[in-house]
Amino acid sequence: MQSRLHERVAEKILFLSAATAVFVVLLICFFIFYEGFPFIKENGAGNFLFGNIWSPDDGVFGILPMIVGSLYVTAGALVLGVPLGVGCAIFLVEIAPKRVTRILRPAIELLAGIPSVVYGFYGLAVLVPLIMNIWGGKGFSVLAASIILAIMILPTIVSISEDSIRAVPAEYKKGSLALGATHWQTIKKVVLPTSRSGILAAIVLGMGRALGETMAVILVAGNVAVVPRSILDPVRTLTANIAIEMGYAGGNHYQALFATGIVLFLITVILNSFLLLVPQKLGDE
Amino acid sequence: MKIIVLVEEKLAKIFLWASVLITIGSLLAIMIHILGQGLAVVSWDFLTGSSEDMGRRGGIFPSIVTTLYLIGVSLAFAAPVGVLSAVFLTEYASKKRIIGAIKFATETLAGIPSIIFGLFGFAFLVIFMGFSWSILSGGITVALMILPTIIRTTEEAIKTVPKIYREGSLALGATKWQTICRIVLPTALPGIFTGIILSIGRVVGETAAILLTAGNSLNIPTSVMDPGRSLSIHLYLLAFEGVSLRMAYGTATVLILLILVINMAANILMNKMASKTSM
Repeated sequence: MQSRLHERVAEKILFLSAATAVFVVLLICFFIFYEGFPFIKENGAGNFLFGNIWSPDDGVFGILPMIVGSLYVTAGALVLGVPLGVGCAIFLVEIAPKRVTRILRPAIELLAGIPSVVYGFYGLAVLVPLIMNIWGGKGFSVLAASIILAIMILPTIVSISEDSIRAVPAEYKKGSLALGATHWQTIKKVVLPTSRSGILAAIVLGMGRALGETMAVILVAGNVAVVPRSILDPVRTLTANIAIEMGYAGGNHYQALFATGIVLFLITVILNSFLLLVPQKLGDE
Repeated sequence: MKIIVLVEEKLAKIFLWASVLITIGSLLAIMIHILGQGLAVVSWDFLTGSSEDMGRRGGIFPSIVTTLYLIGVSLAFAAPVGVLSAVFLTEYASKKRIIGAIKFATETLAGIPSIIFGLFGFAFLVIFMGFSWSILSGGITVALMILPTIIRTTEEAIKTVPKIYREGSLALGATKWQTICRIVLPTALPGIFTGIILSIGRVVGETAAILLTAGNSLNIPTSVMDPGRSLSIHLYLLAFEGVSLRMAYGTATVLILLILVINMAANILMNKMASKTSM
């Protein structure tokens, strides 16, 4: 009898724990919107989203430069990071001998573990001066941010693409090879198409990581709230906008930063919902 | 025709090799550069000395203490909640819709940018709850961020526990809860620890969320209600405000060494888990 009571209580506690995640997501939504939404309503979503000028001192809050900035550095990170990451994943599955894999895997885990602020510091100390010396300008740029972000999203792209490439049945490959296709032809025509949903998921996750990254970007991007004209121009992202100004913001400015948070939050939620649309397993398509 | 195929084959192989070399090269470049500049800075005095002159001189002891506090507070909250959630999801939950909602929330939580957690922590914990800038505010904020990791790794670990173990326990008359406490969780323990250790790595490295919630005081915190400056925040401020490049290298070196140790510990535990459940 008593043990049955135990079981009941245990189950309730377990359920409550599991419900925490749901509760927290709702709470985060509530607080971000509660602090930021009135501002958007008052100033008009159009002015806020498509305003070209961000000047808190004058009470002008347009985040278009930051939206464009976030998109630029994210696109840059994907252009550099996706081919490298998928290339690594193919290498790990199709070419690397077991012994090499045993060295590569921890290395990629380490790459994932290095704190973002350390990446940013490395970018600031090495990459920014390097870009300045080669191409001129200040070095703090879209390019610097894209390169650092590309390195940071590599582990995500490698590990998730690797899983899906590894899941391609051996018979598919053997069939292709038996028909006289070369190893690369097999990879290109059979392996990659079969694992494309996993690779797509990897790209979306990498994109989310790049969009949401704050510290590494702040340290190398220059953070000027103007739409950059070239990849050597400085740039400010949505995340940087919040992190840099939150410390001293008050009143309208404070609300505008939460409103920036809403935009960032909505972009990530939309991105995450794409993941649900991507078929998870082989043969789901 | 044949030559084109052969050339493409060669080029492709070169590309694959190049992508691996660039990836590993980036890792090595970062490690070698930072350790090369920073190892000379790290000394006993650096680790145990207090920060002076905004971090220009002295050591990083206050930041080490703050980081340890943050690890403690975040794990005290996230470890039990995460493990129990995972038990619920794997052993108890049966309704598809409930599992779906919890899974979706966990995924969402994992995907939310850390700066959003920072905003939330600031509005909810610092202001609304009145915890002000403190270890407690920072610790709870980070706890929410590591919750998905702990849930996911614990789930994986529980799933690898062979069914026969459970059936044996139940057949001996143990209840479900007893089976979970005495059989399932102990067997999954190395896997659970792996998740916790990886989470510690995340707490150590987290910056954006803590920046808005834990403050950046250079005093040694004496309680969870005190503000503090974690190692990662310290590095950020040293670098961003150009306080001291030398101290920044030293702090970055300590961070990288910590992550190295954490990753090694996680790998050792993971291997242990694999040997424990292989039959």
